[in-house]
Amino acid sequence: MSLDVRVGAELPELSPPPISRATLALFAGGSGDHNPVHIDLDAARAAGMADVFAHGMLSMAYLGRLLAGWAGQQRIRSMRVRFAAITPVHAALRCTGQVVAIDDQAGERRARIELRVSLPDGTTTILGDATVAID
Amino acid sequence: MAIDPSVIGKELPPAELLVERGRLRLFCRAIGETDPVYLDVATARRAGHPDLPVPPTFFTAVGHERPDPFDWLAELGVGLAEVLHGEQEFTYHAMAYAGDRLVMRSRISDAYSKKGGALDFIVRDSTVVRLDGRAIADLRDTIVVRNPEPAR
Repeated sequence: MSLDVRVGAELPELSPPPISRATLALFAGGSGDHNPVHIDLDAARAAGMADVFAHGMLSMAYLGRLLAGWAGQQRIRSMRVRFAAITPVHAALRCTGQVVAIDDQAGERRARIELRVSLPDGTTTILGDATVAID
Repeated sequence: MAIDPSVIGKELPPAELLVERGRLRLFCRAIGETDPVYLDVATARRAGHPDLPVPPTFFTAVGHERPDPFDWLAELGVGLAEVLHGEQEFTYHAMAYAGDRLVMRSRISDAYSKKGGALDFIVRDSTVVRLDGRAIADLRDTIVVRNPEPAR
């Protein structure tokens, strides 16, 4: 299989359903991250937050789905992100990716993908990039 | 509180996780993954995988597989309510699958302060290997500590 990619191409966008409190409870169990600021309103308030907020790794997992759905997970060579803003509970996220470069690395063609997760008001919650083998 | 730079180089206790299919399905349910390759063993095998694949960001779960995965922060005098996840990076060497026993080893690779001590940053470098020694992934995460009373 060979991926049809070119610089500037956009990956099919991923827009998961709004993040519910149940999502956060499931993610705590699945990921093993039981930090109470994500699942316990009392703990979140004690930490100075108005409400619980989503694990950054939940959003990064969506980016993993975005990349794996596009190219197949075996082709993902690296992913890195910076968590730029908190993701509030009930947020409906938009996860996008764009091919920004194609070059040869370690004996294979690789695309560099710029990654972004944003809130409906346009706030960027995650900026990052990934490298994906393309043939 | 400024993080003492002498923590740089400190090794953290290793963590080990036997990846179970049920755990992967729970993770996939949480992240909305519906591709049957990640949920159904027969579909995974038809796609050439030996078992259910471990999704690309699941590896942080290995590090959480200790009785108190945040104890190293407490040892540094950092409260869990003060921390935010700042950055996360994965470099992949091989796929992992349900049934694999994965081991994570981590060390603190950097620590620094910004904004006059209002924020501390702690960087951890981790390796995930299969029990037979096969390198699976390298991780780097940066934790941001929000200090309630910045140094004056």
